[in-house]
Amino acid sequence: MAITMTATAMRMTTLGGAMLDDFFTRALVAGIGIALTTGPLGCFVVWRRMAYFGDTMAHSALLGVALAFLFEINLMAGVFVIAAAASVALLLLQRRGALSTDALLGILSHSTLALGLVMVAFMTWIRIDLMGFLFGDILAVSRADIAFIYGGGVLVLALVIWLWRPLLAATVNAEIAEAEGLRPERSRVVFMLLMAGVIAIAMKIVGILLITSLLIIPAATARRFASTPERMAVGASLLGALAVTGGLFGSLNFDTPSGPSIVVAALVLFLISLLPLPALRGTAIRSGSPQT
Amino acid sequence: MLKSHQPRKRILVEMRGAGVFRGGRWLVRGVDLTVSAAEIVTLIGPNGSGKSTTAKTAIGVLKPDEGTVERERNLRVAYVPQKVAVDWTLPLSVERLMTLTGPQKPAAVADALKAVGISHLAKAEVQTLSGGEFQRALLARALLRDPDLLVLDEPVQGVDFNGEVALYELIRDIRDRTGCGVLLISHDLHVVMAATDTVVCLNGHVCCRGTPESVIGSPEYLKLFGARAAGTLAIYRHHHDHTHLADGRVRHADGTITDHCHPGDGHHHDRHSHAHDDARRRDA
Repeated sequence: MAITMTATAMRMTTLGGAMLDDFFTRALVAGIGIALTTGPLGCFVVWRRMAYFGDTMAHSALLGVALAFLFEINLMAGVFVIAAAASVALLLLQRRGALSTDALLGILSHSTLALGLVMVAFMTWIRIDLMGFLFGDILAVSRADIAFIYGGGVLVLALVIWLWRPLLAATVNAEIAEAEGLRPERSRVVFMLLMAGVIAIAMKIVGILLITSLLIIPAATARRFASTPERMAVGASLLGALAVTGGLFGSLNFDTPSGPSIVVAALVLFLISLLPLPALRGTAIRSGSPQT
Repeated sequence: MLKSHQPRKRILVEMRGAGVFRGGRWLVRGVDLTVSAAEIVTLIGPNGSGKSTTAKTAIGVLKPDEGTVERERNLRVAYVPQKVAVDWTLPLSVERLMTLTGPQKPAAVADALKAVGISHLAKAEVQTLSGGEFQRALLARALLRDPDLLVLDEPVQGVDFNGEVALYELIRDIRDRTGCGVLLISHDLHVVMAATDTVVCLNGHVCCRGTPESVIGSPEYLKLFGARAAGTLAIYRHHHDHTHLADGRVRHADGTITDHCHPGDGHHHDRHSHAHDDARRRDA
């Protein structure tokens, strides 16, 4: 690790572009960008109790990957479209009201994942690193990916900030939001599109099976230290960035897949937040913010 | 009191023959209801009679499946629903709740919390409040919006008797001061806010409507409520020309029994309310 650190440090002295020649730096820059984006969105997932919903959208991403390869379109675009389509499908099935949301999520989540796996198996003419898609692959992050992550991330965060009041009001009580003219239905649609966007940009680093954990664990960790929704959102971003940093260094050191390593690092932070340390409250986010 | 608000009839919301159909049945049907500026309308009725549905339809949270609902353009609504459950994971203080749907000045927030008597809870997380305290916080939030129409779904639930009287006084003061219309759902079938201009009794449709009777002057009620409460609470006497039977059917004054009670079955409630008016005149 020390060697990499010095290598990274040396490259820092050269041009910024040259810095990104290093695959690890690229992964780190990309991962931190993702974590900053998933923080506020993850808070809404936790507040709205939509963890399983996020999982379902994430699982459908593999179907998006398969279709992207089939039609030779951009991977992230394919994943975004399919994840958004899965959420629309869920809405339509919910309206029919024949099955509970829970059962519908179970059906959509696993059938889209299975469809993706079967389609990938059929496409024998393409070699797909399935493990990389399922669990994340830091070697796979290109400069274009970083551009997508930061471009997409800025767009997602800008929309979250712009729609913060209606999103939060709809989370507390959709009827109040509706009665007082904040259009919760619009918030809901935008929220789903944002989720699809985050899943598309986070897939390569964290992996399809683990994306939701990067949404939920840092948000749950931040809850302990936060006194307002806004602080919890910022705290989740910072804790997520910390987990990504720790996880990626661990991944490099122990040759473990990047996604699970990041999730383990996030879990460690969460467990620390559970410790009965009164001093943590309020101050922990500032002192615990990553040194990145 | 009723008379003093009559002349300037600025209608805030008007429902005509409104009905809401959900899950294979009509929750309410054939509801005619208007709320004017400075008017307090109280909805009463048994559980499941469509009080909340009617209120939600009036403010556009629910869309009517038949009939029409017209609201004044750019009507500013403040709404206190019957039940608000805030997930524990959301760190939301009472103060932060006040600015949920729009920005507020800190001084105005402090005044509103003082008015409902929970200044000391400004920093408390809403999940730690008791039912009555949370109800007051929601009311403060609604008042802060300086609404044209204030819609309160059982605003005194979980509030003790003295608190109930105080909150009703507060609602009346707000109406007197700002001239907003108030649509209030009461949890009690017989006791309503004395300042109510119109009581509407629902049971899947409008069963009857009228004005509450003042308690003052009636010794037995004075004894029941106490002197202060007597000025705030009032009795509503129902004048039904039909009875809702246990199996959901309706027996009308003329002895006929129908499955439902809605405009289509020949027992239009307009006729009922005329009958009530006559009955009231006779009573008086």
